[in-house]
Amino acid sequence: MIYLDHAATTAVHPQVLQAMLPYFSDRFGNASSIYAIGRESRQALDRARETVARVLGARPNEIIFTSGGSESDNLALKGVAFARRSKGNHIITSGVEHHAILHACEYLEKWFGFRVTYLPVDRYGVVDLEALTAALDEQTILVTVMAGNNEVGTLQPIAEIARILKGRDIILHTDAVQAGGSVDLDVEKLGVDMLSLSAHKFYGPKGVGALYVRRGTTFWPQQQGGSQERNRRAGTENVAGIVGLATALDLAYANLASNCAHAQALRDILVQGILASVPDTLLTGHPTRRLPNNASFCFKYVEGESILLSLDMLGIAGSSGSACTSAAIEPSHVLTAMGIPIELAHGSLRLTTGLENREEDMRYVVDVLPGIITKLRAMSPLTVH
Amino acid sequence: MYSEAVMDHFMNPRNVGSLADADGVGTEGNPVCGDVMKIYIKVDGEERIEDIKFQTFGCGAAIATSSMVTEMVKGLTLEEAMDVSNKKVAEALGGLPANKMHCSNLAADALHKAIEDYRAKKQAPQGAGQ
Ligand SMILES: Cc1ncc(COP(=O)(O)O)c(C=O)c1O
Repeated sequence: MIYLDHAATTAVHPQVLQAMLPYFSDRFGNASSIYAIGRESRQALDRARETVARVLGARPNEIIFTSGGSESDNLALKGVAFARRSKGNHIITSGVEHHAILHACEYLEKWFGFRVTYLPVDRYGVVDLEALTAALDEQTILVTVMAGNNEVGTLQPIAEIARILKGRDIILHTDAVQAGGSVDLDVEKLGVDMLSLSAHKFYGPKGVGALYVRRGTTFWPQQQGGSQERNRRAGTENVAGIVGLATALDLAYANLASNCAHAQALRDILVQGILASVPDTLLTGHPTRRLPNNASFCFKYVEGESILLSLDMLGIAGSSGSACTSAAIEPSHVLTAMGIPIELAHGSLRLTTGLENREEDMRYVVDVLPGIITKLRAMSPLTVH
Repeated sequence: MYSEAVMDHFMNPRNVGSLADADGVGTEGNPVCGDVMKIYIKVDGEERIEDIKFQTFGCGAAIATSSMVTEMVKGLTLEEAMDVSNKKVAEALGGLPANKMHCSNLAADALHKAIEDYRAKKQAPQGAGQ
């Protein structure tokens, strides 16, 4: 298999797996217990928290471990929205966020009377900073904009957003789930108050994430129970998962430059090769300010799933923004927010490179993809035959 | 998620293309919804489908149902072909995932439109002659 869907998830790195294994068996203790194996788990959690804090340039007690990116996003949004309700009811986000953000915003709008502004983006998917400035008002309590987009890879100007918000009593959250392992996430350089991560995007395990919360940021926990995570997230800690997250993050940032160079070199083979050999193809996302591993396209006259199935038959795993719902094929909200016509958005393909990919595999993909698109176009009534 | 029959029809679609001298053409779906199926038929003197071709823009299910319907009705009388429903096409493919039953399973509708198109064309010259 040639796996080109690292934005969906990644394989657990062997070193990460080794670090996790003892916490499933010998060191199974509950981190809240006072005896030796309990204390061992507590120490493992403390070390993991220090590691994550170091990578983010934060303090250990500013890190909350969660069950993944979705929980981190929901906790950040709802936690801040409810805690700051008396200050205001206005939230600003963008139209290209992950559903973990968008659906949490819709929930706050629908059931709790919050007002949400969805900032427009340009054709590359970059948020409109003038629209941000214009949207700010006395009631604005929270701005949340993702660091890197999961579909098209576009990087958002988070530090500039932080500068715009400077001096105002507004919390800035960023969903860095896709950016994790690809981009410097120093929270001081970014200027964010909250940041979401998910381990399985950077060779850690699924179902574990982290939320950075700047000291002094008031927010309400969303899960009631025990006093774990300093009363901010109840539930016996997923020690093995948290050790996995921290080990994976540490590895990713120790090797950031070489990992990114590898992913990007392979990504560039895909982008250049595919644009050169398949006519009527659009590279989606920003041409340069994008995640190093993301190659995403729209092919005219064909539909995404049929491309994915054809690739799968050749052992190539990719993904598409289109999703089939009961009523229709839903084009990606990210592509439509970027102004891509719906017909074209249906023909999307996302290939995301990673550690185990090899150059010859990229050449193979570039060799076979034109034939797939040609065959599907020959079948399509939209093609000008 | 797809049956073997669906994958077979998707990878090796039967009767792809168009008929320049088609007696009837039917289109169902639209590009905004992500599925468009176009069926061309050639009808012989005994009102049988003597040739049939399809062009489809859409997902795997859309392509497979289009291919399957052309195979099912080739050689049938128009009346028999009108009896072939979307549901029967899906059954012949060993079933489709639930979320594909509606939007991507319109090939029989496109065929029926092609038959109606043929019938309308046949009637039009008589009407014009009166
Ligand atoms: C940008 C972004 N945010 C949030 C998530 C959700 O993360 P998780 O699957 O860990 O809940 C994802 C994962 O697809 C993502 O890409």
